[in-house]
Amino acid sequence: MSELLEIAERIIGWADSGEQVEAVVVHERETEVRAYEGEVESLTVAESSGVGIRVIRDGRQGFAYAGTLDPDALAEVMREARDNLTFATPDEHCSLAMPDGVAPVGMDLYREALLDLSIDAKVQMALDLERLTLAGDSRISGVESAEYSDSVSSSAVATTTGIRSISRETGCFLSAYALAEQDGETQTGFGFSLGRQPDDLDLEAAAAEAAERSTRMLGAVKPPSGRMTVVFDPWVSAQFLGIVGGTLSGEAVQKGRSLFADRLGEEVASPILTLIDDPTDPAAYTATETDGEGLATRRNVLLADGRLERFVHNSETARRAGTVSTGSAVRGYSSTPGVGVRAVAVVPGQRSPADLISGISDGLLIQGVSGLHSGVNAVSGHFSTGAEGLRIRDGELAEPVREFTIASTIQKMLNDVTAIGDDLQWLPMRAAGVTLVIGELTVSGV
Amino acid sequence: MNRAEMTYAVLETMMVQVTDMTGGDGVMLDPQVLLDTLGVAMATGGEFAEVFVEDRRSISALLDDSRIEELTSGRDRGAGIRVVVGETTGFAHTADLSPAGLRAAATAASAAARSGGSGVRVVALDAVSGPASALVEILPSDVSKARKVALLERADDAARSRDGAITQVTVRYADSQRRIQIANSDGLLTGDRQIRTLFSVSCVASGDSGLQTGRESVGHTIGFELFDRVDVEELAGRAAGRALTKLNAVPAPSGEMAVVVGPGGGGVLFHEACGHGLEADLIAKAASVFAGRRGEVVAAPMVSLVDDGTMVGEWGRYAIDDEGQPAQHNVLIRDGVLTDYMWDRLRARKEGRESSGNGRRQSYRHLPMVRMTNTYLEAGDDDPAEILAGTKSGVYVAQLGGGQVNTATGDFVFGMTEAYLIEDGRLTSPIRDGNLIGNGPAALLDIDAIAGDFAMGSPGTCGKDGQGVPVGDGTPTLRVARLTVGGTAA
Repeated sequence: MSELLEIAERIIGWADSGEQVEAVVVHERETEVRAYEGEVESLTVAESSGVGIRVIRDGRQGFAYAGTLDPDALAEVMREARDNLTFATPDEHCSLAMPDGVAPVGMDLYREALLDLSIDAKVQMALDLERLTLAGDSRISGVESAEYSDSVSSSAVATTTGIRSISRETGCFLSAYALAEQDGETQTGFGFSLGRQPDDLDLEAAAAEAAERSTRMLGAVKPPSGRMTVVFDPWVSAQFLGIVGGTLSGEAVQKGRSLFADRLGEEVASPILTLIDDPTDPAAYTATETDGEGLATRRNVLLADGRLERFVHNSETARRAGTVSTGSAVRGYSSTPGVGVRAVAVVPGQRSPADLISGISDGLLIQGVSGLHSGVNAVSGHFSTGAEGLRIRDGELAEPVREFTIASTIQKMLNDVTAIGDDLQWLPMRAAGVTLVIGELTVSGV
Repeated sequence: MNRAEMTYAVLETMMVQVTDMTGGDGVMLDPQVLLDTLGVAMATGGEFAEVFVEDRRSISALLDDSRIEELTSGRDRGAGIRVVVGETTGFAHTADLSPAGLRAAATAASAAARSGGSGVRVVALDAVSGPASALVEILPSDVSKARKVALLERADDAARSRDGAITQVTVRYADSQRRIQIANSDGLLTGDRQIRTLFSVSCVASGDSGLQTGRESVGHTIGFELFDRVDVEELAGRAAGRALTKLNAVPAPSGEMAVVVGPGGGGVLFHEACGHGLEADLIAKAASVFAGRRGEVVAAPMVSLVDDGTMVGEWGRYAIDDEGQPAQHNVLIRDGVLTDYMWDRLRARKEGRESSGNGRRQSYRHLPMVRMTNTYLEAGDDDPAEILAGTKSGVYVAQLGGGQVNTATGDFVFGMTEAYLIEDGRLTSPIRDGNLIGNGPAALLDIDAIAGDFAMGSPGTCGKDGQGVPVGDGTPTLRVARLTVGGTAA
């Protein structure tokens, strides 16, 4: 890890006077095992590195990257970044981040236990996952993929403005995608488990979830069209909350692409909704101590009791807005820092999902959505996505439903949140999930 | 042969072969080094080994908020090595292309395949003179960065001058040169050079109804001569026009109705409704509703669907796939009957047949799998105006966004980013963005009109298992008698 910082420091040492230079250096080791029909279908072992260099002079920024740490390549990347800046439009706010005195919250995100895990043990987990998923229900006809994957990643950021940051994280992930069959009809469902070290993984739970989600969809019909009360399960709510978080980026606001641009301090959501972006919560799979510019990440309250509290910023959008960075620069080595949320979560409620459902006489529980990339316009707020789930009748889960869409606007949906479950769950995405009851969405089916 | 293909074929005869000073289509690594690497990969046994070498250089320029925000240069170079033993594929990749680096990756891939038993030796590598790499007139690397950046400003000006309601414009230019080299234990040694040039404009319009967006993009497997054919001002004007039109959009209807898709717009529908479901890897796992249905009627009789990696200039074109197999013109559905699936080497090998040239990977860091190239619906006999006039009510989709499919159930969605109501056979109000949902096998049978006005659509990136690859698509105007439109109107 210190070698990465040494490389980054060597690069910024090449700065000429009048230049600001930032180097981001990353290294990652990955393993991926896929099991299929009792055999290892594929086993990938990989090690990769990359470097991204930003050079700023006279308010112009240039950037270049390479997927290697080869010394010759580093020099070429530096030359390219320096050349590229000459084409940028000068901008008074263009500058690298400055140290802001905020200390990173120490989190235990790097676990030696994962490094010690043998390949054989990883292979066994993938094989066991497939076997357990198949055994979960007699109607499971196959497991399209049963996978174990892990990564050990390290990164360093150094700048001529005095930033020095290093971070390292481990993560491991199990996922099963089950096929259930009955009377010539096939349905699918996935299950997963994630953590930072092998002990965190729960094979049985992942297998059982895949089996349950696929088999309960057997016999699904198309629901009628109409306005209906809809319950999002955690997997679905997390995807929507991630999108909501995206609309609160300072960059989107400044560039006239946020539907909440003029609404700071206003009531924009149901008063029961408090939304927090907290990458310093070690429970978040996406937790990290430092952001893409090397500043400490921090806890940012976005919505408090339905009121819009703040937008998130990197150092450039913060300067433009006359405020300070919220530690929300997001990037890989191959891109310049953008702005975004990392670990968004709703403050959970007191009631269990079953309790919430028991109060709904007619509605839908949504367990999966599709086409979020094509059906959500995060600028206008209109959304319409494919969905599948279960009908709710008289407070009980009833028949499965599929091949329909749910639609509304982000603005209206946030105001229509009528209840929040107690089942907060961190997922492999930039948001945590929790059961959410939406008073009214348009369902398009038959 | 369709219209788009003809246009490019004519242009190609006027081109001259460009000599690439850095090695062109030829060999990037010494054949002896590749042979030694394959030897290490197969040292402890196995049925198949392959070295895939890639060197990709890219430039992208971004204009946003009327500023040239950045120009980015990227370089990715490395090798992916796979070894197949029985049912198991071992894979390792490295950015270190030295003999030692390759040997280490080959050893790792071999160990990953947990090989045993008797090994198959690689006898010799036979350099095949496969199809020539695409001809380009102007290599993007020969064009100054200043000329590329100038395009952005022209487009920004054009979009903003269209109307004062255009409040934000994002313009992106990108080009890439990807050189690949493939050697395998069957003795194959081949390579390709793939050039891509892309230009896109996204606009935001502001009005009483809030914010609306419009987008246009153009991308081809050609060089900077793209801009001799494409007027960036006109492209920007179209993107702005889309956003402006939607300021007056009414909520999309909700429920099942007839859907007419305009020329060039409908490729995503086929990509999702059946394209993915015809990929042999999903077929082999019975994870597709089209498994076991070769020779059966799966679509309306006028439907003929093709996947063609040879379409000159198109976004999904290449000379050879990422396993070294030449691209082909593959008929998937002929007159409504399912004729064949798409194949990569691994799946074809198990079936004792040839790959169809559909083995692709995002980069040397990924394993290849079955992917589409340019997927298109052949032109039909209907008149587009009559199709519209004969539609009592429904929606007309002029531009589609992305889509998604569950191949096991066949349920698919696709987005509409420019669409209108059809009332009494005429286009009326523009409608807001949203998704449509249908079931692949049902939708293919519900197609009841196909016009002769074929056009290719916008360049796309297809995602599967976390890997993105460039794909093209095309359709004439067509009608699906019944799809579910996912709007909010009562």
